[in-house]
Amino acid sequence: MEQDLQQPINAEGEPLTVEQAIANLRQTADTGLRYYAAWWLGRFRVSEPAAVKALVIALEDESDRAPDGGYPLRRNAARALGKLGDRTVVPALIHCLACDDYYVREAAAQALESLGDPLAIPALRALLRGGVTAAVAVPGKPHLVQPYNAVLEALGTLGATDAVEDIAPFLEHDVAQVQNAATRALYQLTGDATYCDRLVERLQEPNLQLRRSAMMDLGAIGYLPAAEAIAATLAENSLKLIALQGVLESHLRQSNFPNQVLSDEARRVLVLMDELL
Amino acid sequence: MGATVAELVRAIETADSKGAMVVAVNQLAAARDVAAIPSLITVLGYNNPGAAVAAVNGLAALGSAAVPALLEQIDGYNYGARAWAIRALALIGDPRALPVLLETARGDFALSVRRAAARGLGTIRWALLPADQAAIAQRDVLEVLTQATADPEWVVRYAAVAGLQTLATDLVNPEEKPLILAFLRRIFEQDETPTVQARARLALDALAAPH
Repeated sequence: MEQDLQQPINAEGEPLTVEQAIANLRQTADTGLRYYAAWWLGRFRVSEPAAVKALVIALEDESDRAPDGGYPLRRNAARALGKLGDRTVVPALIHCLACDDYYVREAAAQALESLGDPLAIPALRALLRGGVTAAVAVPGKPHLVQPYNAVLEALGTLGATDAVEDIAPFLEHDVAQVQNAATRALYQLTGDATYCDRLVERLQEPNLQLRRSAMMDLGAIGYLPAAEAIAATLAENSLKLIALQGVLESHLRQSNFPNQVLSDEARRVLVLMDELL
Repeated sequence: MGATVAELVRAIETADSKGAMVVAVNQLAAARDVAAIPSLITVLGYNNPGAAVAAVNGLAALGSAAVPALLEQIDGYNYGARAWAIRALALIGDPRALPVLLETARGDFALSVRRAAARGLGTIRWALLPADQAAIAQRDVLEVLTQATADPEWVVRYAAVAGLQTLATDLVNPEEKPLILAFLRRIFEQDETPTVQARARLALDALAAPH
């Protein structure tokens, strides 16, 4: 059973090899096979050049179209590229930020955040153009005109200190998750902990979705003083453990673990995590 | 206050919203009465996480008294109920739950259930077993927990490390302790997830400290 979890398989449950997955992505006759292959290459972190090249080509795909006009294969390819750590694909992902498909733009922004290349900053900032006034919902769609959460989070992670003035107005956006994303980015860019306190307050929200979102944001930025509040919030233990992992690992990086001994703060977080297992 | 278990059970049966159900289950759990056990177990299958958490805590507070009923019904549960029952058994630490915890830690498909089972294996109350039986069972637990340190999910490896730490302090055969220490050292040095490495470091530090 454990082995099954690790075993790469194809959509029919048959074992899939790296070569086969790349071949499936390259062919154009069966869009389902391509879609699955793109996901699979990201899932199993296949970062060899042939896989990366095939995924970059898939970012321009025209054959796989969703009923809403979207590009499912492009979305999956962008997500996969975010996991492979190869920064040569950054220009191709930047190009995707101009795609008509909202979900392609969102996947590209998230992938650019993961890849960590500041080259993406100007194109990401451009998506904030028009500020909060322009950041409205698309009629008939469950999303805003741009993937603001992903863009704000990426700008924070990429260290876009010049963008602080563009980001700050989003603290007042109507959508709480957008506020959280702006808060998180501003903390990363300014180091001002009062931003994190806003997120800690959100852990008391009556709405579970908002509590979860604030918790994951605190984990993503690794705000150590929030550890107790995360452990105590009303949400699933599985998510709390992931958020605390984020808090702990950010602290471990700063304290030069494992070359240095475990700090008292790290021990404190581990004790909290033990209680949630 | 002063409501009988029957009244508290009726409050669960007549709850008209998820929130009301959570309140009613909390009240039944707070009664700490063995007569509440069948109803608390039934709640595990309701697909209401808030109520299930309350029921698990209520069952755990009743300890060994809840174990026979939990084990008796465990194969008849739907998947969600089984996961919650494993959690209750893991919290109680009664050795009668060892076979099901071992089986679950070895191969349940949900990582949160493998995680709970690994934790439970680490917190078995060994004093409840005769020493010779405990020694045999601890060998099984050691085997399953070391296997779980290779789980693809970091949180299961984390729980296995925590379990190995407590097992090392409760060993009937102390000669197995160096084996556990060697495992923990390897995890500290080689695990791909810093959180798991840190947990192994914590375990090694604790086991090296004089008691």
